[in-house]
Amino acid sequence: MKLLKTGRWITALGFALLAAVYVRALAFTPVERTQGMAQKIFYLHLPAAIWTEGAMFFVGVASIFFLFLKDPRLDRFAEATAEVGLVFGTLVLTTGPIWGKPIWGTWWTWDARLTLTLLLFLMYVGYLLLRGAVTDPGLRARYAAVLGISGMCLVPFVHLSVYMFRTLHPQPIVIKPSAPSLPGEMLATLAFSFVVFTVLGVGFVIQRYGLSLLHEEAEPHA
Amino acid sequence: MADVWRHAWLLARKDLLVEFRSRTAIVSAVVFTILVLLVFNFGRDPTAAAAVDLAPSILWVTFTFAAMLALNRAFQLEVENQALDGLLLAPISRSSIYLGKLIANLTFVAVVEGVGLPLFALFFNVRITPVLGPLVFVIALATIGFVAVGTLFSAMTARTRFAELLLPVLLLPFMLPPLIWAVLATAALLAGRPLSEAGGWLRLLAAFDIVFVTLAIFLFPATVSE
Repeated sequence: MKLLKTGRWITALGFALLAAVYVRALAFTPVERTQGMAQKIFYLHLPAAIWTEGAMFFVGVASIFFLFLKDPRLDRFAEATAEVGLVFGTLVLTTGPIWGKPIWGTWWTWDARLTLTLLLFLMYVGYLLLRGAVTDPGLRARYAAVLGISGMCLVPFVHLSVYMFRTLHPQPIVIKPSAPSLPGEMLATLAFSFVVFTVLGVGFVIQRYGLSLLHEEAEPHA
Repeated sequence: MADVWRHAWLLARKDLLVEFRSRTAIVSAVVFTILVLLVFNFGRDPTAAAAVDLAPSILWVTFTFAAMLALNRAFQLEVENQALDGLLLAPISRSSIYLGKLIANLTFVAVVEGVGLPLFALFFNVRITPVLGPLVFVIALATIGFVAVGTLFSAMTARTRFAELLLPVLLLPFMLPPLIWAVLATAALLAGRPLSEAGGWLRLLAAFDIVFVTLAIFLFPATVSE
């Protein structure tokens, strides 16, 4: 119960800071010359995208340790992280098309990066479906771990193909071999938003973790 | 190590023998492949797109569906009558169980693909004979990758509710990257371009095979141990 409360407070803080991100992005960050106001969505899109992929990494690492240590806490953490990854994935797949319509003229295109985000999203759905389809808790944890590790190993392949296709998607402007080409003020807003999304993610995961603890207490053998 | 392979081969032979005696699954899979090709023929507008433009996609979608059928039955066979428990009690390593299943599944899928490929060439009037060698190579590379993942996943889904539905949902995201590379390589071959042009895709396919076969060998024990 205490965990759930902590999670709620962190999430509340995250949402308050998210409002601050909006204020900063809309009022105190310069408007991009060619894209205009549509570019503002980038401050939500990119941090969410980073954590969609990052969550899969955490699920995979937690799963590896789970298979060695058999600690149920790691399994709960993996489950919570996968759900949060799904939420962030949904956010990426919603904000993407909203930006794509005015800038590209289409809601969706079968661009490598879009396809791969969709793939990641479907992997989270599959992971949670598998958890739902197994009734025995021990078996469920092991199956989920196997899928989580496989998922983590698929991501680099997916990432690699991104760079091999010609793509419509804007090229990386922050995390790339050379220095970031984003103007300082935009970069600051982006970094701020990334921190806020991290706080939100942590809040969500802690809440979800607390919930599964409660669930196990309520139904010890389910 | 020699023992692992010997046990794997014994297990694969058992599976293939069961299959050969009944022949229900393989015949259904072959008929299913023919039917999918048939559906594709009527599902396209022959005046709008040339067959050769669609051919790589048709070939790979057909193989995907056929492989899914084969993978679904691999562990179903063991779950019935708790045959899996017998296998686990046998004094053989978990890796040889996985490798045995992998070999049996690969053989099964290879037979289906062996029937499907000439029929595909026949139905869609695609000239595959000049590029047969490289084409078979591409098909083999891609098939090993997704059958390796599929064998691992089917060991899990076989013991869940809605196994037939869950396996495709879990497996298709993993099949997609090798499928994309295989389609691109096949398209290059069918268009008469040399295999070397598809080198990048082939390297990715090979890397995928190595990573996922190794991974599955390590992860498989976690799916069966009690």
